[in-house]
Amino acid sequence: MAGIPHDHYKPNSNGERWLHKRLPIVGLLYDTIMIPTPKNLNWMWIWGIVLTFTLVLQIVTGIVLVMHYIPSVDQAFASVEHIMRDVNGGFMLRYMHANGASLFFVAVYAHIFRSLYYGSYKEPREVTWIIGILMYLLMMGTAFMGYVLPWGQMSFWGATVITGLFGAIPFVGESLQTWLLGGPAVGEYTLTRFFSLHYLMPMILVGLTAVHIWAFHTTGNNNPTGVEVRRTSKEDAQKDTLPFWPYFVIKDLFALAIILAVFFAIVGFMPNYLGHPDNYIEANPLATPAHIVPEWYFLPFYAILRAFTSEVWVVQIASFLTGGIVDAKFFGVLAMFGAILVMALAPWLDTSSVRSGRYRPMFKWWFALLVVDFFVLMWVGAMPAEEPYATISLIASAYWFGYFLVILPLLGVVEKPLPQPATIEEDYASHYAPQTGGTKTIVNPAE
Amino acid sequence: MLKKIALGAALSLGLASGPALAAESEAHTNDYDFSFEGPFGSYDQMQLQRGLQVYTEVCSACHGLRYVPFRTLGYEGGPNLPEPQVRAYAEFYEVYDESLLDGEGDFRPAKPTDHFPESSLSNAPDLSLMAKARAGFHGPYGLGINQFVKGMGGPEYIVSLLNGYTGEDKEEAGAVLYENTAYPGGWIAMAPPLYGDDVTYADDTEASLEQVSKDVAAFLMWTAEPKLIARKQAGFTGVLMLSVLAVLLYLTNKRIWAPHKRKVKDSVPGE
Repeated sequence: MAGIPHDHYKPNSNGERWLHKRLPIVGLLYDTIMIPTPKNLNWMWIWGIVLTFTLVLQIVTGIVLVMHYIPSVDQAFASVEHIMRDVNGGFMLRYMHANGASLFFVAVYAHIFRSLYYGSYKEPREVTWIIGILMYLLMMGTAFMGYVLPWGQMSFWGATVITGLFGAIPFVGESLQTWLLGGPAVGEYTLTRFFSLHYLMPMILVGLTAVHIWAFHTTGNNNPTGVEVRRTSKEDAQKDTLPFWPYFVIKDLFALAIILAVFFAIVGFMPNYLGHPDNYIEANPLATPAHIVPEWYFLPFYAILRAFTSEVWVVQIASFLTGGIVDAKFFGVLAMFGAILVMALAPWLDTSSVRSGRYRPMFKWWFALLVVDFFVLMWVGAMPAEEPYATISLIASAYWFGYFLVILPLLGVVEKPLPQPATIEEDYASHYAPQTGGTKTIVNPAE
Repeated sequence: MLKKIALGAALSLGLASGPALAAESEAHTNDYDFSFEGPFGSYDQMQLQRGLQVYTEVCSACHGLRYVPFRTLGYEGGPNLPEPQVRAYAEFYEVYDESLLDGEGDFRPAKPTDHFPESSLSNAPDLSLMAKARAGFHGPYGLGINQFVKGMGGPEYIVSLLNGYTGEDKEEAGAVLYENTAYPGGWIAMAPPLYGDDVTYADDTEASLEQVSKDVAAFLMWTAEPKLIARKQAGFTGVLMLSVLAVLLYLTNKRIWAPHKRKVKDSVPGE
């Protein structure tokens, strides 16, 4: 695997040889866990483990929650209260599951922006990137459907608003919406199918996680320099890398322990901080809550959805050109999904031959602005649709598209990159043990 | 402010939004101190018992607590009533039992395993989760540290509401509305339920309006979050264990990497 020369698994005992001939599973695990990993990875490379852990956490807590949850409009809300009050440790299970969703998105946004800065999406890792975007989309779907299950006011009205987006699609929208909801409005059949899908989609995520890992184990990890591991010989490769186990496993677990300590503080001391109080009121189709607002992790894209009103000239042109088929509502939906699509196309929109943002003096600033832009979008997503927020969200949305569609292609042409280190070893040596020429002093690892 | 968010959402998505949006006023919630605030806070058993008394003698006339079983009144960390008292308290209430009279159903005195009755008035909301369903002053968008120390402001909202009546009322569409400084919109359909000295406490606590409302707010926080103490303990244990684990992993990590990161001055082989 990895195309990086390294030692492979050799069965040592008769039993191992017996199994290896029939099913080389130990070898597969060995190669996966011992993959040569660039030794200069920084702390932004920990999020993959955090995400994998969170997926398992969500599935484990979710499976137990399902044992006590009843997917019916009459009993869903009460069954959640039953979990909170009567099930042993149920309150922890539910709070961990609910806040686990937030942990999941914190980690995935950090993971995505790390890829965007260090050019992890670039050739030859496009497939890893695309699968990652698909996983992100699945996560959003899963989180949205999971939020509907407690059947509180925000669950119900959030479902009404979001499925309404599909209703905005011309010609087929209404039928599509009815098909999604299982009826003319959010109700019993919506709840049961969302429940079913909420259970199914994480299983697909597990599968995609495996493919995601498989893909980047084939190309090898990216690293902060963006310079590839030398594949000229095993000796050269070993100068650039260290095996995943134990070096990176222990490092990642250390980071995970700190993140989980913060997570437990939130679950234990302020579990409802990221939730919405209205979701402690049972769903009532006759009473619209005073404020319908998505969970924080949807806010940036929610802001893009709302930014394109009928007063915006782009929308007016689109509407004119299509004879009114693309109205402001549909344009907003297109913009929201388009915002993720342009991100998915980053490998082909970025024309720079340099992978890492570290050696791209102009890119650095535009990227920093993109990060700020993301937080601005998150903020205006929670603000009322009036001035000055409407203008801010329009500018912020425009920058999001501008970054991917204009700046990334142009930068590759106009930017003069800084010199890159020739090898990962050189970069590593410039940080550690400069006087001894890097890792030449390696003796046995401690003990 | 948050109402306008909905306005935006509704407008951009072409959804029908209600007159609820029109209600925009500066509802004010005061901060009150409660024993259960902060990472180490826990319920004051005597206060919960007083709150139960206020609930029983005043609130329960119209409101219900449908998610709260009577038995939990005897649980540790809650009002912690002795078992005979829980049994006697439950018998105050009548519940409908489908299994009586050969399946015809009839009313019988409640047992500890039964739940409190639902609201008897259709426009009186159930109070089981009220302290979590209203965020007073911080949350969900307040500063995290504020919520960490003071909670969501749900009980504060309840106290502010009970103390927020100005004495003004008006008639609107056949219903009497009372002006209240804590209620969003400023006019609430509930008549002032407490005036002070509404109950006589057995423990000689003075039953002032603020005291009574604080007691009932604390009780409602308990009905909304009966496992609060267990949760904080779990959180504390979790943070402690993970911190220890983090330190151990930090040291392990440092040790493993040491040979590969050694600078020249301390590059003595083998440590």
